Formats: sequence, structure tokens, C-alpha cells
Amino acid sequence: MSSVLYDAPGPRARRRELLLSAVAGVILLAVLFVMYRQLDSREQWAAERWQVFTEPPLSQNAADVWRSLLVTGLVATLRAAAVAAVIAAVVGVVLAFARMARPGWIRVPVIAVIEFFRGLPVVLLMFFGVIALGLPLFWGVVFGLVLYNGAIIAEILRAGIVSLPKGQTEAAYAIGLSRTQTLFTILLPQAVRRMLPSLVSQLVVLNKDTSLGFIIGYAELLRRLQLNTQFFGQRYWFQFFVVGAAIYIAVNFTLSRLAVWLERRGSAKAAGGIPHAEDVEVQAAAPTETATGL
Amino acid sequence: MDAVIENLPLYLQGFRTTLELTLISAAIALVWGTVLGAFRVSPVAPLRWLGTAYVELVRNTPLTLVFIFFVFVAPQLGITVDFFVSAVCALSVYTAAFVCEAVRSGVNSVGVGQAEAARAVGLTFTQTLQAIVLPQALRSVIPPLINIFIALTKNSSVAGGFFVAELFGVGKQLAPANPSDVVAVLVGVAAFYLAITIPAGLLAGQVERRVAFAR
Repeated sequence: MSSVLYDAPGPRARRRELLLSAVAGVILLAVLFVMYRQLDSREQWAAERWQVFTEPPLSQNAADVWRSLLVTGLVATLRAAAVAAVIAAVVGVVLAFARMARPGWIRVPVIAVIEFFRGLPVVLLMFFGVIALGLPLFWGVVFGLVLYNGAIIAEILRAGIVSLPKGQTEAAYAIGLSRTQTLFTILLPQAVRRMLPSLVSQLVVLNKDTSLGFIIGYAELLRRLQLNTQFFGQRYWFQFFVVGAAIYIAVNFTLSRLAVWLERRGSAKAAGGIPHAEDVEVQAAAPTETATGL
Repeated sequence: MDAVIENLPLYLQGFRTTLELTLISAAIALVWGTVLGAFRVSPVAPLRWLGTAYVELVRNTPLTLVFIFFVFVAPQLGITVDFFVSAVCALSVYTAAFVCEAVRSGVNSVGVGQAEAARAVGLTFTQTLQAIVLPQALRSVIPPLINIFIALTKNSSVAGGFFVAELFGVGKQLAPANPSDVVAVLVGVAAFYLAITIPAGLLAGQVERRVAFAR
């Protein structure tokens, strides 16, 4: 473990670290134990509570419970996320292109639109889609996700394009490509590659945001959890919460790992062959964009 | 439009609640996130694990699910509090993970040579931290922190879905009550959010430009 803050430890520092680690470990375990006991005292670990997933009461069978969570719930979540991601990508490309248009009468309104949607809560946009535009719940959710994420994707793509070396554009113009051709065949593919980690992180954010559909009444995973607890009884909330959280974390964790893997792969490639002076800058700029993550 | 003007007091009430939610949660998240960030760069392994586990778990959980925990699950565990308090808990717990990441990358952004030079001239650990590392880390932490708090402002709208009458909650209540004025009612809500998020975004850009310095 090397860090800015301290040198490689000597024997005394190592002893001290070991001692501190032991103390911290004991305190941590104690806290976990207290939490376990607290849950135990409310009988949250009782086998009967968890049997709702294996031999549920009220003449249901386990397959019904799991089907309602995984098939109806998770699929509804993923379907909204997938549809929204595709449309948002298209909207993002269009906005990014318009945002960089030369005539001010295109650029300025587009900047305003991007800033407008970036500054609003997604749930408000979803609610607007459902109640003001009369969209069905599924499309209301997609509507909110597309407007917000489209604006964010546009900004990510623009940052990617701006970070490319000027020579790329100049070379494209020199061989006679038009502005549009340059953008779509030269700049965009490189920008997408460069910003892939940010784009995948944004996909995680989008996937998490489908859960806002819960608030406007879209029957996604979280709503399924609630419906199950309403059917089996409120006392099963903790169990359904644990399972729901596990499902979400598994899906998003996989996506996040993908982002990290792409980042490593991207930077390894850059180090191997194509040297870009701006690489450092891009990497410094990218995390700020994504670290915020909703 | 009439619906907006008639209900202006309600809007202002909601705006106030949004501000309260945001500011209280921001303060708690700042403290808790900084502590977690310190854990993540500390030499004590169990603390580092705690920090990493917290960030990974919370960042991959939707905020709505965190709200569900504090509003629906906590009562089953014998914890019953006011909805406003639940909302503050959920927002702070969630935002702290992002603050932690900002703090960590801020500290790591300070060049290793800086601290090495400080130790070479004989500064102690505390002196190094106080005089060399933290002032530089702070500069690179502030712009992402502003962005995190902008996101927090927008996220506070989730509380509107969990029985707190903040701005979105007000819109959610007024819109069905004024079917002919739905668009105006919701644009009114949007205007209040933008009144916070756009100036804050401009501020973040400004600070970023000012803080960016040759390293």
C-alpha cells in the first residue's frame, strides 16, 4: 500500500498499523454483531421469515414469488432501461452534433435545452410525461430517462470530441470530407471509444434511475417488492428488501466492472500504441462527470 | 397559470422543505463522506475495507431503494421516525458514498512528490497533512463536491414520493387537482429546481476554472 500520505512503513510503524488494524477490526465486528442482534431480536433471521422465498404461505409457491420478482419485476426494470438507453444514445448524438453546430441559432437553443434537462430531477420529467402528456407508465419512465440521459450523453460525447487532437479534423477536411462526414466517420467513433467508461457508468446511473418509476407507479422491481409485502404481510419487508437490493447490486456491479475493464483496456491500448497528449486531460475530466452519478 | 399564482405559498413552502432537506443532508453527507474517505486512504486495513464495501454497495443501489429501507423496512426493525427524518437519512447515506469518492480521488490527486518533499524537509505527519496535502486536495475536491450537491438537490425530489411535501411533492399534489393547468403547475416546479441547479452549475464551472492550476 503506497500512498501520498505515508512512506513504506518501518518495523515500528508496521507494529502500530497491526495494532490499529486489530482494534478497528474488533470494533467493526462488534458493530456488526450489535446489528445482527438487533435484527435477531425482531426475529428477522427466523427461518420462517425467509421461507417466503422457498415455501411461501397463503397457498403460493416459490416459483410464483420468484417469477413476480425476476420475470415481472426485473424484466420490467431492464426493459425500461434498455429502451431508454437506446433512444437516449440517439438523442445524445443528435444533441451533441447540434451543440457543436456553427450557426448560433442552432447552438444556443441546444445549450439551453441541455442545461434545462440536466438541471431537473428525473422523477419530475417522468411525472410530466405521464400526467401532462398522458403517456402510458412505461413510456413515461422512458420519457424521463431519455430527456435526462440524452442531455448527459450529449455532454459526454462533446467532451470526447473536444479532447481529440485537432489534426484529426484537419486531416479529414484535407482529404475533402464534409463537416458532417468528419463528425460521423472520424470524430464520433474515436470520441465514443475514448468515453466508453463514462458512457457505461452513465448506463449504471440510468439503470438505477428506472427505480424512480416506483414513485410514479410503474410496476418495476421495487414495486414488485412492495406488492409482495402487501400480499404476504409487512413483516416480510426486510427479507424482500435484502433480496431486491441483492438483485440490483448484482446487475449494477456487473455493469460497473464492465466500465472499469473498458477503462483498463482503453488506457492499456493508449499506452501501447496511440500516444495522445490529451489523454491525461480526458482522464482527469471524465471522473468528475461520472463520479457525481445522479 | 392561475393555479401557480394561487398556490404560490404552497410552492414556497415546498421550496423551503427542499432547501432544508438538501442542506441538512449535505452537511451530514459531507461529514460522514469525509470520514469514509479518510478510512479509504488510511493505513488501517479494516477501515479501508469498510470504506470500499460501503461505497460499492451504496453506489450500486438505487436511491429509491435506500428510501424504501428508511421508510418501509426500518419500522419493521423497530425504528419509527418522522418521514422528513427518514428522507434526510436516506439522502445522507446515499450522498456520503459519492462524497467519499470525491475526497479519496482528491487526496490521491496530490502528487506523491509533494508529501515526499514535505517529509524530506522534516515535517511531521500532521504538518505534512495540514500544510501540504490537504490544501491541495481541497482545491481538486471542491468542484466535484459542488456537482454532488447539485445532484443531491435533484435527488431530494425522491422524498416527494415518500410522503415529504417538498417541491416535487407539491407538484405531485397540485397537478391532478388542476387538470387544465398541469403543464403550468409542473413548469412552476421545474423553475424552482432550475433556480438552484443552474446557478450552482455555473458556480461549479467557475470554481473549476479558477482552481485548475498548473501542477
